[in-house]
Amino acid sequence: MAEKTYKFISQPRRAVEDRRFVAGRGKFVADLDRPGMLHVAPLASHYPAAIINKIDVTAALAMPGVVDVITGAEISAAIQPLINGLDTPNVRRFPLAVGRVRYAGEWVCAVVAESRAIAEDALEKIIVDAAAQPFVLDAEEALLSTSPPVHPEHGSNLLLDKKFVWGAVDDDFALAKHNLSFSVTWGRNSTVPIETFGVVAEWNGWDQILDIWASVQMPKYSDQISRCLGLAGNAVRVHYDIDVGGSYGVKRGIKHATLIGYIARKLGRPVRFIEDRLENMRAGDAHGPERKFDVTMAFEDDGTIRSMKMRALDNAGAYAGRAPFQLGKPIGAIVGPYQINSVSYHALSVTSNKTVQEAVRGFGQAPTNYAIETAMDRVANFLKMDRLVLRQHNLIRADQFPYLIPSGSTYDSGDYHTVIDKVLNAADYSALVATRDRLRTEGMMAGIGVAACLEPSGGNSSFEPLLNEANKTSTWMESCQVNVDALGNVIARIHTTSSGQGHDTLVSTVLGEVLQIDPDKIRVTRPNSLESLPGNSPVGSRMAIMLGGAAARAAEKLKLKIVAIAAHCLGFDADKLVYSGGDVLAPDGSKHSWLDAVELAHRQFHNLPEGMDPGLASFDIMQVPTGDALPVDGKVQMYPCYSFEFHLVLVAFDPVIGRPEIRSYTIGHDCGTVINPAIVSGMTYGGIAHGIGATLFEEFAYDANGQLMTQSFLDYLMPSSHEVPPIEIVKHCTPSPHTVFGQKGSGESGYLGAPAAISGAINDAVAALDIHFEKLPIRMSAISDAISNKLA
Amino acid sequence: MNDVSIKINGELVTAMVEPRLTMLDFLRDVAGLKGTHAGCEHGVCGACTILYDGNAVRSCLMLAVQVDGQEITTIEGIGGNFERSGELGIIQDAFCEAHGLQCGYCTPGMVLAAEALLAKTPSPSEDNVRDAISGNICRCTGYVQIVDAIMLAAQRLGNRNDMLLPNHPSTQQDK
Repeated sequence: MAEKTYKFISQPRRAVEDRRFVAGRGKFVADLDRPGMLHVAPLASHYPAAIINKIDVTAALAMPGVVDVITGAEISAAIQPLINGLDTPNVRRFPLAVGRVRYAGEWVCAVVAESRAIAEDALEKIIVDAAAQPFVLDAEEALLSTSPPVHPEHGSNLLLDKKFVWGAVDDDFALAKHNLSFSVTWGRNSTVPIETFGVVAEWNGWDQILDIWASVQMPKYSDQISRCLGLAGNAVRVHYDIDVGGSYGVKRGIKHATLIGYIARKLGRPVRFIEDRLENMRAGDAHGPERKFDVTMAFEDDGTIRSMKMRALDNAGAYAGRAPFQLGKPIGAIVGPYQINSVSYHALSVTSNKTVQEAVRGFGQAPTNYAIETAMDRVANFLKMDRLVLRQHNLIRADQFPYLIPSGSTYDSGDYHTVIDKVLNAADYSALVATRDRLRTEGMMAGIGVAACLEPSGGNSSFEPLLNEANKTSTWMESCQVNVDALGNVIARIHTTSSGQGHDTLVSTVLGEVLQIDPDKIRVTRPNSLESLPGNSPVGSRMAIMLGGAAARAAEKLKLKIVAIAAHCLGFDADKLVYSGGDVLAPDGSKHSWLDAVELAHRQFHNLPEGMDPGLASFDIMQVPTGDALPVDGKVQMYPCYSFEFHLVLVAFDPVIGRPEIRSYTIGHDCGTVINPAIVSGMTYGGIAHGIGATLFEEFAYDANGQLMTQSFLDYLMPSSHEVPPIEIVKHCTPSPHTVFGQKGSGESGYLGAPAAISGAINDAVAALDIHFEKLPIRMSAISDAISNKLA
Repeated sequence: MNDVSIKINGELVTAMVEPRLTMLDFLRDVAGLKGTHAGCEHGVCGACTILYDGNAVRSCLMLAVQVDGQEITTIEGIGGNFERSGELGIIQDAFCEAHGLQCGYCTPGMVLAAEALLAKTPSPSEDNVRDAISGNICRCTGYVQIVDAIMLAAQRLGNRNDMLLPNHPSTQQDK
């Protein structure tokens, strides 16, 4: 498909959101001051597992300024458990521990006071009588029948145990000349936004409405709050005009909102809870996947991969959350960008006495890509083949699209070989190899890493029915409303919060393109949830496709109406008219201007075509493209669009110190038609930085006593400007056939392949010593220890 | 409780505060200036950066009583923001031009770190810029476009200063 040229789309345009942020005028949830607002501090469990015998809050309640103390017993009697989407009715989760604590840091009770400082002081006066219980931290151990179940009522630690066989796996393994097995582990890390999660709730008894302002990125947030609190859906009003200070998946805040909403309703006063950093790290319930992969590959002498067996065991933490579904999304790209004839996939999710896991950028795809790319490196090493040649041999070719993979998804489009060639040229691959070899002769450890992977994008809920047959959902929509006011100015409404993705810029650019008017003159607003059309928030790398799609479709409807008005006034059939820059031109040279249409629509009903309603407004509720069926036989079309990225990285380090330095980083990126180049590049850079953190630094590490060791930014290390190198992005565009402009998703780009590429580079550097690093993060201590052990 | 008077962005703010109140909480909760953000509250992330004596410092590690009788600048006091709502300073404008931000939460701290750098080092190298922002954590951008923004700001500030020199050709022509 040839690349189209657009007037505003793909053109450099400033993000309209940026102005308020550079002036410190963002509107974050912690900036809200409601009159008479109360503050909350939760008491954290010191035990990873314990039975709560008694909680004595007398002394705390007696302190001046303390208003209430809420316990798990109270709240569990008043509200419904949080919804998790799995069929596990006995894994019940409430905002506060009920009778039993299941991880160190879990909230036992919550003090409500006139200030946060008083609430924190009061925590020290609460006496909890608890009996420590046996606990389990490791996922393999949690599977054993001898291990203590985190939820005794559930009977075991198993949340999910699904086996899929797609294609003739046994036959392919029998035919293939070679088998190779290995294990890798993705460490428990997360996105850790600089703004912690926060929520303000206010109950208005006269209107019977619970107002919620939250730093949230969560589909169906108001529905979930309503159900848990036993309120009508139209009694919860979530305000979408709150700026969210980073999320990248994790800011789900459902336990926070139900707790604070409950307190606000009980006390009839506004209540605020903003996590401090310790609360965020330990009990924000926002850790990411911790996943062990056991992989076996079947392949031939020439490098052809026939089949793959993968077992993925995920440590969900103490409650189900959204974690188990993060094993589901990767099914939509289970073979990566490669032609692999058959796959078996065993997805296991277990509870453990660790902090609860939430959705993280990529929803499980980055760990899976790390496993697939490690497999490609291992097979190449086994066959003594070049890693690039092996990949190029197995990649899906441009002439094979649309391409059906064994698990039931059809990849929309791509040109993987060309992207890789462009990267090799841009980075001067042979010079890069020469540099690596020179560094080695100078006594450095040096390695090159490559990773080719996919970003399934567009969002879709099909992993839910795939992993839980009781769930019959196929719908995953997004909406946009457009109104032209009586002065001819355009107002668009979107129905979500944003956490840095630039949705105002996206929508105004798309509307400007379709309506052929200046995007900078379009106002984008965010009504609250009671005034909104249905949507599913910015998850699953979907907003360019879905919000951009809904905006374009709403604009097309508006355009049709403008043309119909003009046709009526000018006396031509609509199909003889040309819409141009907001005006409508007739074959005889006459023109019906934008303002003419506004005048008629707003003030001259008598001149409108018969049967036409007044006003110039439209809306669109768009279903995700290709999302039209439930799974059959363990197969389903997952996401509609597949972006491609190829990473090439050179890493070097001193063998004694072992501190990896990234000397060169190039990424090839094809996400179809780009709406805003600076926004897409920014997300890609940021995704790579996040991947650098996941590979080299970031881990929620627990000690043998079940205590989280990395609970501050002094222990949980994140990349600074010193650790993220300059990065070159090589762009390519293969439009998607499923979207309005050929756009695909890009919100997870960079993160999906960086860990595989960087770990590949480190493993290349130490390959001569026969060292394999099989677990992320690969800390400098692990590198220097491994080398010194080998050389000892 | 202690009486403190602090000059913030040129205006005196006086209040009775607890000795344990941080400068960050003083700015947000007493002075009502919400542009200074809490990130980690233990001095690592830099979201709470303010200018003190021309240096970028962390307001979460200072107590309000320590700043009594002194002067500081917050994001609300720099660039065009200070003079007129809606007017950006050159550094702020460069952040917009290069899209040196996404969610905007670390951004005030980044802008102030850039202010402190460029006041002392008008023509920084890229390494100077990376050093200057290395105490400010950003989780969105990978820093690439922030470095671009500060380099662009340095260039534009340099051009502006040339224009203001009495013997600069552009001012000569006007006479």
